[in-house]
Amino acid sequence: MIERPAHKTTGGAAIRLDAVRFDYGDMAMRFDLAIEPSSIATIIGPSGAGKSTVLNLIAGFESPLSGRILIDNEDMTNVDPSRRPVSMVFQDNNLFAHLDVAANVGLGRKPGLRLDEADQSAIHDAIVKVGLAGKEKRKPQALSGGERQRVAIARALVRNRPVLLLDEAFASLGPALRQEMLDLIGQLQGDTGMTIVMVTHHPEEALRLPSILFFLENGHVAASGPARDLLSDRGPSLLRKYLGSQELSL
Amino acid sequence: MAATRTLKPWAGATALAFLATLAGGALLGLAVEALRGSTEGFAAFDSYLWRVARFTLMQALLSMLLAIAFAIPVARALHEHPAFPGRALILRLFALPLALPALVAVLGITSVYGRNGLLAFGLNRLGFDAIPNVYGLTGILLAHVFFNLPLATRLVLASLDSIPADYWKLSSQLGMGSWARFRLIEWPVIRRNLSGIAGLIFMLCITSFTIVLTLGGGPRATTLEVAIYQSLHFDFDIARAVSLTLLQLGLTIAILLLLSLTGRPAEEGFSLQTTARRFERPGRTTRFVNTTIIVLGLLFVGLPMAGTLVSGLGADLLRLMTEFIVWRAILTSIVLGAGAALLSVLISLALVMAREYQQSRRQAASPGPFERGLDLGASLIMVVPPIVIGAGWFILSRHAINPFSLAPVMVICVNAAMAVPFAFRILRPAWDTAASRHNRLCLQLGISGWNRLRLIDGPALRLPMGVAFAFAMALSLGDLGTIALFGNDSIQTLPFLLLQRMGSYRTQDAAGLALILGVLCLLLMFAADRGATRLARQDGRTDD
Repeated sequence: MIERPAHKTTGGAAIRLDAVRFDYGDMAMRFDLAIEPSSIATIIGPSGAGKSTVLNLIAGFESPLSGRILIDNEDMTNVDPSRRPVSMVFQDNNLFAHLDVAANVGLGRKPGLRLDEADQSAIHDAIVKVGLAGKEKRKPQALSGGERQRVAIARALVRNRPVLLLDEAFASLGPALRQEMLDLIGQLQGDTGMTIVMVTHHPEEALRLPSILFFLENGHVAASGPARDLLSDRGPSLLRKYLGSQELSL
Repeated sequence: MAATRTLKPWAGATALAFLATLAGGALLGLAVEALRGSTEGFAAFDSYLWRVARFTLMQALLSMLLAIAFAIPVARALHEHPAFPGRALILRLFALPLALPALVAVLGITSVYGRNGLLAFGLNRLGFDAIPNVYGLTGILLAHVFFNLPLATRLVLASLDSIPADYWKLSSQLGMGSWARFRLIEWPVIRRNLSGIAGLIFMLCITSFTIVLTLGGGPRATTLEVAIYQSLHFDFDIARAVSLTLLQLGLTIAILLLLSLTGRPAEEGFSLQTTARRFERPGRTTRFVNTTIIVLGLLFVGLPMAGTLVSGLGADLLRLMTEFIVWRAILTSIVLGAGAALLSVLISLALVMAREYQQSRRQAASPGPFERGLDLGASLIMVVPPIVIGAGWFILSRHAINPFSLAPVMVICVNAAMAVPFAFRILRPAWDTAASRHNRLCLQLGISGWNRLRLIDGPALRLPMGVAFAFAMALSLGDLGTIALFGNDSIQTLPFLLLQRMGSYRTQDAAGLALILGVLCLLLMFAADRGATRLARQDGRTDD
């Protein structure tokens, strides 16, 4: 079993994609981007632009053809996913259906689930923090969609890694619930100082929290900057065009 | 909906009646015989009978456990290395035993593990004096695992492939070790499908005839099916045959009932597609262990096949091919096999058509007894094993005619019925898809009856029917059970001739004949496989 790397404390890490090339089918992608430590970055863009690919590259699920991926100024390009200071929450399938809430969270402490007292109390704290106290023994099918994502977030909390990646994590939730989850993320980010990178189809999510926006198109970053500026009427025209087609969800 | 006249329900009813007669006639024969000599018949339920029944269950249980216990690590290793060199080839090889005649496999097994086999040779060279004895329980288990390990591997692999990719991402991010991954991710999925896989293998081993006949070591290692054959063929002890058959029937029905409680038998195993991606980067040790497991599995399955090839090529093939009796056997096999395959495809098509017709008429209501009967008919042969049908008709017909004169009819009918479950499963999805695409359009345009079959459904069915035919013919070609009961000097199939040569210790001839038979079956299987691949590709496209 792989030992947990010693990321001592909470707090965020800087992320840099340095001339990263990656081919997805016919599309040649090239990413250059830098995310400040303890900031919130939102990635938007049309389907197939490479949004999830960026997260997969940071998490180590994909390997670049060339270029470097730096997290906390360390080269992570060839590091195994489990040794990267990163947690990720997906849209579905975050939880193992046959394990209860506490065990699903516990996997973030010990992937073999041999948990000691300290682990148990950390798990309990995390479950309380995401507002699921009393539901430790529930199986995933007895939870609502939002509650399941809360469990995944609790697991990210006990893993205590400086980067949290959200891959359309709230896409299947209703608008009110989505905002609730964003507020939870914002609150946890305030507590821990994690760096958060989220991919979303809903640009308004970028405004809910003070975030830096990255707009992806055809496999590269077409525009970036504070979300408030980019998403305003004075934003770049290609972004306005994209938003025009998204009007309904705004 | 317009009530167009259709022959579909009639076709289905005819097919069902045929299957029912085949099974029912056999049961009637047994029942009449059991009632006639009641005291004598039941006296035959003696300790010998129970010993045979116990051995039948025991060998099937052991075969099943061994096959699954070895299949899980092989499937895991194959799954963990989607880019393993030759992986697609290995999976293709693992599909072959499905159509390999049991007799051919038996010769392959003895060429590896037998007295003069590869293993004995190797042990000898290493200075060991042990002479392996492949006959008895050891041989039966070896052969059953040879057949069922690849099947189980493919089925377990299919379960692993059904695990969502996110789980693999998660496990690699959380840094799960091999054991944690097995316990937390793989085992729960495997367990869900395990009762189906285990049940399927158990049934196959309970009804296995050829392997036990040739590798079993006399009365101590014999199963009910072989005992039925022996009591009819050698002892002509009808009372014993009846009680054995009834016991076999009771056993299969009991097991099927038990299975229907625990879960349905798995139905995959025909597809080669594996698309799962893994995200952890296996270390050197993992890589080494997995490579070893895959190579061992490959050797276990591949060596007997290679053994068949090598000893077959060592036979005097040229002389064999000048023997009239060999050519006659080949021709007889092909004619009977093609007849059985054709009948099987027709029966299955009739069942499939009638089933879909009934289903589309009832809309959302629950299926009526006729529709359920059609489904049941497709797997009737699972309940009433071929040897029971053969034995029943043998016993029934002997009062009227010489049962041996029934040989060609029985071989065609029983082999056709044997292939129906497979043909049904190949044809049904193709027909149902075609129907759901075309039904409304055809109603609107008024295309029906013969025109519809010729213009619309026929072209869509040509390929699946070809696949089903090739597969059914491969199965029939290799079957020994029915011909062993009914075969005689005037009608001999290739497996029958092969068994005779084995019985008279003409090992070289047997090896040559096994090669011919194996090649014939594999050619058919290859054709079926190519067709199935094309079929899968067609289904992948939305428009055609």
